[in-house]
Amino acid sequence: MLDAAFFVRWMTAAAAVIDREADRLTELDSPIGDADHGRNMQRGFAAVVKTLEAEPPATPGAALTAAGRQLISSVGGASGPLYGTLLRRAGKVLGDAPQVSVEELRSGLAAGVDAVGQLGGSAPGDKTMLDALVPGVTALSASFAAAAEAAEQGALATVPLQARKGRASYLGERSIGHQDPGATSSALLFATLAEVAK
Amino acid sequence: MKMLINVAETVVADALRGMAAAHPELVVDAENRVIVRRDAPVEGKVALLSGGGSGHEPLHGGFVGPGMLDAACPGEVFTSPVPDQMVRAAAAVDSGNGVLFVVKNYTGDVLNFQMAAELAEDEGVQVASVLVNDDVAVTDSTFTAGRRGTGATLFVEKIAGAAAEEGMPLERVEALARQVVESSRSFGVALSACTTPAKGSPTFDLPAGELELGVGIHGEPGRERRAMMTSREIADFTVDALLEDLDPRLPVLVLVNGMGSTPLLELYGFNAEVRRVLDERGVAVARTLVGNYVTSLDMAGCSVTLCQVDGELLRLWDAPVQTPALRWGR
Repeated sequence: MLDAAFFVRWMTAAAAVIDREADRLTELDSPIGDADHGRNMQRGFAAVVKTLEAEPPATPGAALTAAGRQLISSVGGASGPLYGTLLRRAGKVLGDAPQVSVEELRSGLAAGVDAVGQLGGSAPGDKTMLDALVPGVTALSASFAAAAEAAEQGALATVPLQARKGRASYLGERSIGHQDPGATSSALLFATLAEVAK
Repeated sequence: MKMLINVAETVVADALRGMAAAHPELVVDAENRVIVRRDAPVEGKVALLSGGGSGHEPLHGGFVGPGMLDAACPGEVFTSPVPDQMVRAAAAVDSGNGVLFVVKNYTGDVLNFQMAAELAEDEGVQVASVLVNDDVAVTDSTFTAGRRGTGATLFVEKIAGAAAEEGMPLERVEALARQVVESSRSFGVALSACTTPAKGSPTFDLPAGELELGVGIHGEPGRERRAMMTSREIADFTVDALLEDLDPRLPVLVLVNGMGSTPLLELYGFNAEVRRVLDERGVAVARTLVGNYVTSLDMAGCSVTLCQVDGELLRLWDAPVQTPALRWGR
């Protein structure tokens, strides 16, 4: 079973990894976006850690809800509302339970992923974060490691796709051949989840 | 990279502090990133609020003042503001007559303003939104996020701002804003890429002898790349692209907009060519504005926006305005 402390560790580890990978995310965002994804995510997750430290959450649901709200308040761009909605919706599904099972986390994240698709009007194959999130959440039924691997493969699989959503969509065919930065940061979230679950 | 900055992290905050120092007629909250006209909320008046990524100055903060915007929310460079900014700004400018959000069609702007509208309505502020999507360079909206919002934003903010200043109700101000969007088209051309402070190198690679036709205001590539053309050729291409999509039966407002690092000498010369093509195509010009209004940091190049105007839109365009970047009639 996973408690609030587990989720705080996840968000803290995610912030550290995003901080380390910020330049790579920005580099990926440069040819097909506007070269700020790393910086924006770095700013958002740093704020999440601050919030969770200042007001330690009592439940897994509270941890994810607070993290989501903070991302919406500090990231900007499309990533803020999309990542914020992912975590906030998942947190709402987890509710007030003091501990949750991996299966409950999976269904919470699945609801979050659905909300992201609705908000962005996107689906897998559009070369967005969903291309990592959907396989990641699905594989979570097997194990954390499988989820991390599936999300990573999903992010890599965005390379040959043509973007249909977000700023990269304006490139048309020229977006082909570049890995999507949003799918990449989503894969990082699953990688850190697997790390802290070890 | 050589830029007149301290560090990339404080570029927006530093600019806002400088703006506050230059414009005592505005309240510039550098911490919360909200720019408000000092006399807001104005009794009996619908409020206009806009915002978007920084790096497009004078858009939007430079258009805050009597006759145009009541508030602007600048985001990070090329990144939309967050909902908290809009909610705070809406509360500051709402006189009880409602607030119109002017939103450019970019995924980030749309999502953040949408969330802000819901939050502001929870707090009892009546909100209407108008989406600006005037960029004809984006031809296939089925497979993209849709047409981008660019130069027409200035026309929307000026005309809807004048309507609000006259005391028109929210529904009317919103309807006029929509009419301006429907009557406007834009097309941009880049001669060089821009450099964001955070990245420190050009955001895309544009060889010296080439130009990008149909570029967006963040350097998003457009329709095609060609060998460098003359001002005359660029005007022909640009105006024809616009008229393919808008067949004006009425006179037009013309905005010849610099992207940030093209001098007025070139912009005026280009405007002469734009006027020539419009004359040749039989399009009457009601008013022309030439300058750097919707910029893209240090990008070289320009965009052209046309807006077909009836008598009322033209009257509202001519109405007095007093903002840092646009002022006449007062």
